[in-house]
Amino acid sequence: MEEVIKILAPGLTIALGGMLPAFAIGWMASKAMEAIGRNPEAAPKVQTAMILAIAFAEAIAIYSLVVALIIKFV
Amino acid sequence: MQEISLAAEKIYQLGGFSITNSLLLSMLVSFVLIILTLVLRHQIALIPNGFYNAAEAVIEGLFNLVESVAGSFEQAKQFFPLIGALFIFILWNNWSGLIPGVGTITINHLPLLRGPTADLNATLALALVSVIATQYYGIKYTGFFANAKRFINFTSPILLFVGLLELVAEFAKVLSFSFRLFGNIFAGEVLLVVMGLLAPYLAPLPFIGLELFVGFVQALVFAMLTLVFLKVAVAESHNT
Repeated sequence: MEEVIKILAPGLTIALGGMLPAFAIGWMASKAMEAIGRNPEAAPKVQTAMILAIAFAEAIAIYSLVVALIIKFV
Repeated sequence: MQEISLAAEKIYQLGGFSITNSLLLSMLVSFVLIILTLVLRHQIALIPNGFYNAAEAVIEGLFNLVESVAGSFEQAKQFFPLIGALFIFILWNNWSGLIPGVGTITINHLPLLRGPTADLNATLALALVSVIATQYYGIKYTGFFANAKRFINFTSPILLFVGLLELVAEFAKVLSFSFRLFGNIFAGEVLLVVMGLLAPYLAPLPFIGLELFVGFVQALVFAMLTLVFLKVAVAESHNT
């Protein structure tokens, strides 16, 4: 039983921790696409803000990845 | 099975101070960057040529990006040394972890070299530099009390709470910066090791390409986020 948990724990950590950030990034990118489509001249500004926001959302996924790595290797 | 260690391995002991493999590569990369800068400095001319031209294009592109985010030329000139240095340093550190030999050349069964940003110590140091720089620039441009008023604000209970949240957010920023960079680069290293073990011949190639891209994006994100926080720190307060 312990072996099963040892294998499942890191896998589930990153799997669950990656779901909501993925959803958030998709949502943000789609809103950014809409904004660019409506106003192509503002594309550089929208793009910069989008990249920043996506970095924030991805950081959450990276936290869960780091926890998974710690569980596996420490 | 190659050992994957979360912490950088110590390869040499100098009294109480131990030199890790990521520290060694970080010093090598810094050395190369300094030599490169000194060489380029001697080639400043009115009509640039060759390598200096490329370096100038990179610096100009970076400065335009900083200017577009910071808003004004004056502010961009003030912030560019820190932001440009952060970007170039982190970019070269990230990419140096992909050089053949890093991680494979061993000394005493430990890797001699390891990507510097795959060590939490390095990314924590960079995050601390970034957050302390925002405080420093905030104090320098708006004065000590205006900067303190962003965090400790007695005008109303709601603003007091918001100020305390901002203070907590500063510490969260340190963690977030360091873990974002560390997580991305370390996970990339682990991915490359696993790919190398599974299918060494052609399969790691797209993953090395992915790591090049991720290294570039993470350096850019670190620099741009620092710039945005700097911009917020020196902005005149609007809600008083």
